[in-house]
Amino acid sequence: MDHQPFFAALQRIYPKERLLTKGVQLLAYESDALTSFQTKPSAVVIPESQDEVIETVRLCHQFGVPYVARGSGTSLSGGSLPIENGIVIALNRLNRIKKLDPEQRIAVVEPGVVNLQISQAADRYNLYYAPDPSSQSVCTIGGNVAFNSGGAHCLKYGMTSNHILGLKVVLADGEVVEFGSESLEGVGVGPDLIGLFVGSEGLFGVALEITVRLLPKPELYRTVLAAYNDLETAGNAVAMVVASGLLPGAMEIMDRLSIKAAESAVDAGYPENAAALLIVELEGESEQVETEFEEIMDVIKESGSYEIRVAKDAEQRLRIWKGRKGAFSSVGRLSPDYVVQDGVVPRSHLGKALAEIDRLSQEYGLDVANVFHAGDGNLHPLILFNGREEGALEHAEELAGKILKMCVELGGSITGEHGVGMEKRNYMPAMFSEVDLETMKTIRRQVDPKEISNPGKMFPGGEAPALKMTGMHPLEAKGIISRE
Amino acid sequence: MQHRIDIKKYGPRGEAMAEAIQSCVHCGFCLAACPTYKVLGEEMDSPRGRIYLMKEVLEENLTVEEAQPYLDRCLGCIGCMPACPSGVRYDELIVSYRAFSEPKRKRSLMDNMARRMIAETLPYPNRFRAAVASGKVGKLFKGAMPEKLGAMMGLVPADLPEDKPLPPIYPAKGRRRARVALLSGCVQTVLNPDINWATVRVLSENGVETVIPQEQGCCGSIMMHIGEEERAKKLARQNLQVFVPDEVDAIITNAAGCGSGMKEYGLLFKGLSEEAEAEKFAEKVQDISVFLDSLGLKPPAELREPLTVVYQDACHLLHAQGIRSAPRNLLSSIPGLTLLELGDDGLCCGSAGTYNIEQPEIAHQLGQRKVQHVLNTGAQAVVSGNIGCLTQIQSHLANRGVSLPLYHTIELLDWAYRRKAQT
Ligand SMILES: Cc1cc2nc3c(=O)[nH]c(=O)nc-3n(C[C@H](O)[C@H](O)[C@H](O)COP(=O)(O)OP(=O)(O)OC[C@H]3O[C@@H](n4cnc5c(N)ncnc54)[C@H](O)[C@@H]3O)c2cc1C
Ligand code: SF4
Ligand code: SF4
Repeated sequence: MDHQPFFAALQRIYPKERLLTKGVQLLAYESDALTSFQTKPSAVVIPESQDEVIETVRLCHQFGVPYVARGSGTSLSGGSLPIENGIVIALNRLNRIKKLDPEQRIAVVEPGVVNLQISQAADRYNLYYAPDPSSQSVCTIGGNVAFNSGGAHCLKYGMTSNHILGLKVVLADGEVVEFGSESLEGVGVGPDLIGLFVGSEGLFGVALEITVRLLPKPELYRTVLAAYNDLETAGNAVAMVVASGLLPGAMEIMDRLSIKAAESAVDAGYPENAAALLIVELEGESEQVETEFEEIMDVIKESGSYEIRVAKDAEQRLRIWKGRKGAFSSVGRLSPDYVVQDGVVPRSHLGKALAEIDRLSQEYGLDVANVFHAGDGNLHPLILFNGREEGALEHAEELAGKILKMCVELGGSITGEHGVGMEKRNYMPAMFSEVDLETMKTIRRQVDPKEISNPGKMFPGGEAPALKMTGMHPLEAKGIISRE
Repeated sequence: MQHRIDIKKYGPRGEAMAEAIQSCVHCGFCLAACPTYKVLGEEMDSPRGRIYLMKEVLEENLTVEEAQPYLDRCLGCIGCMPACPSGVRYDELIVSYRAFSEPKRKRSLMDNMARRMIAETLPYPNRFRAAVASGKVGKLFKGAMPEKLGAMMGLVPADLPEDKPLPPIYPAKGRRRARVALLSGCVQTVLNPDINWATVRVLSENGVETVIPQEQGCCGSIMMHIGEEERAKKLARQNLQVFVPDEVDAIITNAAGCGSGMKEYGLLFKGLSEEAEAEKFAEKVQDISVFLDSLGLKPPAELREPLTVVYQDACHLLHAQGIRSAPRNLLSSIPGLTLLELGDDGLCCGSAGTYNIEQPEIAHQLGQRKVQHVLNTGAQAVVSGNIGCLTQIQSHLANRGVSLPLYHTIELLDWAYRRKAQT
């Protein structure tokens, strides 16, 4: 396609510092946090106003040029991977908190605002934004909305979708729409369009303005660290807590490898020699937390833990969390290459799932580090491999595929929060029938008839963006997955 | 991150560069800590982006020239390192990369002149003093580079304080608890010789004898920082000759950048005959605050008037050397002094060696941000462990028409001890 008129039109919107077309500039945007995929876009635009985004999307629609919105590029599934011959709309300068209303407990923010910045701004009113992905110090609200991101504390408070009250969006065909409202009551009238957009992985359009719910900061935290001699017992401990009827703010598990990685990164002071660590955090009103704390300690004492520690102060609590939140990246200290999976299993099957992962890890001769949101059964196996070895990535991907299949077979899902993106699109048929997928596509075409908004992601096959990794997907070649 | 760098091509430092790139997992956690990313919001101007571009250059997919604008904008503040869970040695990467790329790039005549001027003047106190006194700095830049001239001249006071050379040995008071050697530094001795004097007096008060090798020179850190590797080595060699690490408990510096630079002497001489000697030297290097804090400070006297100060973390103390609590402990031990925090996560003030001169616009924005935080605290004075930060903050306060006293940590301690002597 001749892009000339399209670029001429872009030049009318953007000064040259904000319309990046040089090779070196484009290279910097060719991957997100999943570097096994790389695609150089034709251009990157850096809008500074909502109007510029709207005009850009309209141009893309008019000229049929695909685009991908980008926040901080921390997607672990290739979600913000550029499209070949398409453009990247980098939203990082749309980073204003437009309104923060402590009375109504809401904030209205632009999509490039970083998750943690909302809580920092709300802090003086003793409020905070609850969803806390481990990447919260850097990922944007726009990205969180697109992926319906979760975090350790989503066990109690729910994922991103539970905290979005309103959205202003430019749809792929250039129409600007507003969903929801500023009031909590407004949600629930009519079809749940917010629910449709949140988690749509940028396939419907670009979020321009987001109204989020703020919560009062918990009065008290009680953070307990329990060490176990094996991973399965730790997994079973989670099931015991769930069965006791208590609802902690967070329940996380780290295994031996991830403990080692986190410990070398932040000196978190975790018990030595543990095969697994369970972090349980209670939070809320002081009185209730104190009562629940006694109950939960009883459960944990019964659960087979050989060492139990309780954070004495805020600093100790933060150290525990710092280790947990940096765990993914710190695995880079153990191995430069890894693939992270994001499968979900019912909590009652946690122990079983972990034992199976261990078995697979041995069968494949690859180390697997486990660090995950145990409370909601969201596993994060990190499969370590040496990218310099011929075929190592494919071998690791194959193991990843087996783990995902197991998740589906146990009644879970292929993704809990990282999204399908580029990486897991070929596993969709394992979860959804062809009719389901066709229905999803039909809905998508209603708002994006030309399929220009982040095309090639989420759905198997289709117009795949040209990747450096070409040919049949390794899992396809091995017959584990199929695109039919 | 996988890479296809042919390590052998890049000499002894190839390994260090490849290692850093390989340990980066492209997670982006460093973005929030990077001052240039904060200001510009572009991937190329983030640590992750820079690592990626360096990888591409070393893989020969990109030329040095293409990547240069973005790597030049890196402050070398190392704010990205503590933020990185994967332990990427960005410090080793950028210093090595600059050493590799500097000889390969084309610079304009003016640029070359400016760099030569910096390299020939800043590290040599006498030349620097003479240049400022004669107004030569100004003349050289005039017309051709008004903004750079402005940045540089704005930081250099019209009247320089008198030169006050240090003696070869400054004795300990009372029982000797330790013996150290002091790096007297270059730019700082010219701009404020009192900092060194305060240092030796405070050491003496605490029973520490200080040796000041008279043949020493600039430590070479600024040259390392801007990729002038050969010049850096030349300067460092001089110091390797005149300091004798075995004879002292520590080699002390009171300038943040010198401390972090000298701790990298091992890397500077990697694969060369001086490597072992350089490592030995590096192991002895300590910032004055860390040395005093671990020695255990003699209690200072109460200040005459209560004073509320805000402590500014120098990047090359906090990020590059991980020094956070030592200076705070020292300051808090002064009765009558209230210590406030800036609350800006130690974001660089934009001073960073010659950055002010080379990237004046970004340096300006960062300086403004910093003084806004300073003013928000309502402190009566600003304290830092590095003269570069103090000069930067001073000039940006002046821009806002505000004047606040600025002190080096050691100056306040010196004050308190001298007050004790009076009472
Ligand atoms: C170390 C690490 C730990 C992580 N931990 C967690 C975790 O605990 N929980 C979790 O859920 N995720 C986690 N993630 C994944 C990632 O941080 C989240 O998916 C995050 O929401 C992505 O935000 P981003 O700003 O980086 O978006 P990007 O990666 O830039 O984009 C992600 C997707 O959102 C789309 N998008 C971005 N902005 C908009 C917009 N305004 N409108 C429409 N679409 C948009 C993009 O097109 C893309 O498809 C982690 C990632 C890393 C690297
Ligand atoms: S935080 Fe570390 S590993 Fe992550 S992108 Fe930055 S340098 Fe790379
Ligand atoms: S050294 Fe400073 S400016 Fe350079 S990439 Fe790191 S944080 Fe950014």
